[in-house]
Amino acid sequence: MIQASGLRKVYGNTVALDGVDLRVREGEIYGVLGQSGAGKSTLLRCVNLLERPTAGTVTVAGQDLTALRSGELNRARQRIGMIHQHFALLSSRTVAGNVAFPLEVMGVPRAERERRVAELLDLVGLGGRGGDRPSRLSGGQKQRVGIARALAGNPSVLLSDEATSALDPATTQSILALLKRLNTELGLTILLITHEMNVVKSVCDSVAIMADGRVEESGTIADLIRTPGSRLTREIFPLPEPAPAGSVTLTFTGDPRQAVVSEVVRKFDVDVNILGGSIEDLAGGAVGRLRVSFSGGEEAGALDFLRSRGVLVS
Amino acid sequence: MTWDEMGPLLWEAAGQTAQMVGWSTLFTVLFGLPLGVALVVFDRGGLRPAPALKSVLGVVVNVGRSLPFIVLMIAIIPFTRLVVGTTIGTAAVVVPLTVGAVPFFARLVETALREVGADVVQAAQAMGAGRTTIVRKVLLPEALPGLVAAVTVTVVALIGYSAMAGTIGGGGLGDLAVRYGYQRFETLLMIVTVVLLVVLVQLIQSLGDLVARRLSHK
Repeated sequence: MIQASGLRKVYGNTVALDGVDLRVREGEIYGVLGQSGAGKSTLLRCVNLLERPTAGTVTVAGQDLTALRSGELNRARQRIGMIHQHFALLSSRTVAGNVAFPLEVMGVPRAERERRVAELLDLVGLGGRGGDRPSRLSGGQKQRVGIARALAGNPSVLLSDEATSALDPATTQSILALLKRLNTELGLTILLITHEMNVVKSVCDSVAIMADGRVEESGTIADLIRTPGSRLTREIFPLPEPAPAGSVTLTFTGDPRQAVVSEVVRKFDVDVNILGGSIEDLAGGAVGRLRVSFSGGEEAGALDFLRSRGVLVS
Repeated sequence: MTWDEMGPLLWEAAGQTAQMVGWSTLFTVLFGLPLGVALVVFDRGGLRPAPALKSVLGVVVNVGRSLPFIVLMIAIIPFTRLVVGTTIGTAAVVVPLTVGAVPFFARLVETALREVGADVVQAAQAMGAGRTTIVRKVLLPEALPGLVAAVTVTVVALIGYSAMAGTIGGGGLGDLAVRYGYQRFETLLMIVTVVLLVVLVQLIQSLGDLVARRLSHK
């Protein structure tokens, strides 16, 4: 759905993007995670060409945006929704007026606009608030207006620029839940950038981790969790490093409630010493990670058994 | 001088001031608003960056603003004749008043437009809005309270400038104060004129503030 290849963006002497490739599949929520200054914001703004990349191409829904002239680009942008960290609502307009803005840009007739605005406000849970001024809304409500506005043109893609970074944790969760619902119900592809691992954990199917203008690793969360030594796993499940000699790290995907460890203890007569670990609910299901050391019994056999039960041993 | 004698004089002068200020405000907004928009749009990082053009406009505006009004009024007499066909009288004053106020107003417009958040403009760009739409539907409406304040300040400045209109026979309250209050020692008339001007400026400023506040939904 979104494909970026070889993106470079240079401002004077600063290299903001240094050869970034990105592939977002249709219908997924893709997170770009990184510290501020990692280049993720530039990357997002290159996707709808708010920033024109110094080199590289961007294709959204099969259309090469970098090849378009400005009029065509504007029409393409109408099919790409965007939400912003500080909401970017027009204070001179009511809530309904803000949602109507993109429809006006698209030349939708008034009656149709009013019908669509009411529909969109209902969709984001703000039915009946159309006449209010944005200044009277809470942060979470403002972002809901931003989302309604971004959906006005029936976009296939939604870009989210740190959309929850200005919100408190409870509001962040409710906005993420709304995004997840839109993703499921409307089949909306979402590309979001964030510096919060929590956002990635709660809604993302795939992730790219960025640092210094490059993508350090990317892929579906399920795959990255199963990749030994991936940064994502280390960051989601911090275990003391370096691992003590003789210890092994077990990663449980699938159902972490299976009593695999106690089964191992009974079958192979080993003592299991748990050094650390945690279980996290990720978008694709629960994942657990344990660091253990075995003593006595058949250690090799125990490890083989664990592997045979789908546990990743490293 | 009695109140009965002062009445008609004041009435006529007030009418001339209103005419001069009214017309020149209208023309100032007409020419100054697009100029102010141009200063923002053509700026580096603006909607349509054209730094060379912006520099030229900037210099023109600064030249306009560096001339004292009374000098400007005399200096552009040939231009005034070209526009209104005469160089004396109330109509003739409207030309230099407008020429003097346009650069001033344009700078105020520029400042007001710069107050509009860059994120709002970018959001509109991300929605596929063209430059004209962004100016008409984002920049100007969002800056409206600031623009109203700019008009208010300009009207007050124009009332001040118009006091010099007597130099080319434009009349008005300022001219009345100079001719009667200063040259003929009519102290009472001087005081009345001063009070009238103070009240007038107060009224205009309060009205402008009120409107700007009503329009602001920050």
